[in-house]
Amino acid sequence: MIEIKNISKKFRTEGGDIYALKDVSLNIADGDVYGIIGVSGAGKSTLVRCINMLEKPSEGTVCIDGVDMSLLSEKQLREKRKEIAMIFQGFNLLMQRNCLKNVCFPMELAGINRVEAEKKAIKLLELVGLKDKAYSYPSQLSGGQKQRVAIARALANDPKLLLCDEATSALDPTTTNQILELIREINQKLNITVIVITHQMNVVESICRHVAILDNGVVAEKGPVGEVFSHPKSEATKRLVFPEGSADNLRKSEPDEHIIRLVFNGAKATNTPMIARLALEKGIEANITYASTKSVDDKVYGYMLLGIKRDSNIIAETISYFMQMPDVYAEEVFLDD
Amino acid sequence: MTKTLFMFDPKNWEIITATFPSAIWETIYATFISTFFALLIGIPLGVILVVGDKDGIMPLPSWLMKILNVIINLLRSVPFLILMVVVMPLTRLIVGTVVGTVAAMVPLVIASFPYVARVTEGSLREVDVNSIEMARSMGATPFQIITKVLIPESVPSLISNITITLTNVLSYTAMAGALGGGGLGKVAISYGYNRYIYSIMIYAVILLVILVQVIQTVGTRLAIKSDKRLKGNL
Ligand SMILES: Nc1ncnc2c1ncn2[C@@H]1O[C@H](COP(=O)(O)OP(=O)(O)O)[C@@H](O)[C@H]1O
Ligand SMILES: [Mg+2]
Repeated sequence: MIEIKNISKKFRTEGGDIYALKDVSLNIADGDVYGIIGVSGAGKSTLVRCINMLEKPSEGTVCIDGVDMSLLSEKQLREKRKEIAMIFQGFNLLMQRNCLKNVCFPMELAGINRVEAEKKAIKLLELVGLKDKAYSYPSQLSGGQKQRVAIARALANDPKLLLCDEATSALDPTTTNQILELIREINQKLNITVIVITHQMNVVESICRHVAILDNGVVAEKGPVGEVFSHPKSEATKRLVFPEGSADNLRKSEPDEHIIRLVFNGAKATNTPMIARLALEKGIEANITYASTKSVDDKVYGYMLLGIKRDSNIIAETISYFMQMPDVYAEEVFLDD
Repeated sequence: MTKTLFMFDPKNWEIITATFPSAIWETIYATFISTFFALLIGIPLGVILVVGDKDGIMPLPSWLMKILNVIINLLRSVPFLILMVVVMPLTRLIVGTVVGTVAAMVPLVIASFPYVARVTEGSLREVDVNSIEMARSMGATPFQIITKVLIPESVPSLISNITITLTNVLSYTAMAGALGGGGLGKVAISYGYNRYIYSIMIYAVILLVILVQVIQTVGTRLAIKSDKRLKGNL
């Protein structure tokens, strides 16, 4: 259990004090996959760095399993950090070490003997599917492979908590999905609590159970992912769910329209556009009110907002129609709550 | 004149066989041993300059850092010949004499360790701050960060810088020859300058150039070969 209570973080800069976090409180249950989403500069990295005390909060406390992190001595803190693994946007592998030695790194820090460490490192590389790259150097790997090695390294000291700071932001959509799949697997198989920091909605939607929306250092909204995204209350959440002011356009043009949000996480796109097929097969007409999708290797990633001017049965039918497609997620979104 | 400069005079052969082998040996010996001691002092100092910085992993009192920086800058700005004279009392204290190859090593070390400290600082600062952050997030102690991240990650750059230090020290040993030091510098001065046997001087200089070339070539190769970021090495 991670309890973040009323933390604030002030940075002193030449241009005056900056509050990167203001009175942030979150409870993260053991075994959860918790997303923290916000635009660049919202304070996400600062928040995640306060959890392992790489950054000391100016006010408030962070308790992990009942231990107040701010009361620990430097030495105790270093011990505690071995239970809290972290992966990064830039992977942060040591470039002069091969993959095996990179995975061994945290075990070296913990004083585990070399033979034992290497045995475990091989197992971990096998877990992330890179056993054959054990003796390769990071410069020989693709971004996705580097992140896999970083994940293997993060697991080396059997952490209870995995912090992911924009872990997929440097990766293409297909690789992002594979890495998220791996993180999900780790969460379920090894029962490691995961905190996912991201600025991408689809990352939260594909693996998180809970989400907090961070806006300008403040938690704008938090709760189960489905609830928060289907009933966006705060301005910050609405900006995420309805990008580029699409909510306002909707409200103005079609006041009685229901809105369905479609999320594509690598769905196989066919030649027939899905919306046309919906009309053909189900006789349901839908307007595309907003679309932000891209195709990579004939797979679609992104979102779409559909406007449907009918009753709730048709809404339910539409949702189930899309939900039965692989790698597509659909939900109704409510404009005013 | 120009003719005699390059013509091979058989009379000089005796001088060459009598003086060159030991002179070459003295130059190499003085260069490598002095560089070794300069590294021994300079690398830890360079590490302190980086980790002791106010944003470093082990911030030290700022007055201490200032003093360190001033001393290093001061030593680096004194011309080598003057430094040799200035440190003579210290040389006499340590070696017992101020002439000879061993005596020349004292000013050589004093002149080059501040240089080593600065270039080491430069090499370590090139290490990605995110790697340091990664190590900190895993509970690394400052000492572990130094020995397992900062130094190993900058090995190629350190090798380049050690190579440059070696070639610098080599040229200083030649200069030291003018003030009682041994080696090829002494041969060049005592035969070329004092006795007007220019060809001996020219040969000594050619040998110095060859030594610099060899050291630089080997050093560059090692630096490139050690760098695992370069795909050609893997
Ligand atoms: N060490 C620091 N010194 C001063 N300001 C900082 C520092 N770290 C972060 N900030 C500021 O705090 C805010 C939040 O930064 P960050 O947590 O990195 O945001 P995010 O990860 O959401 O992009 C930004 O305005 C940033 O400029
Ligand atoms: Mg960030």
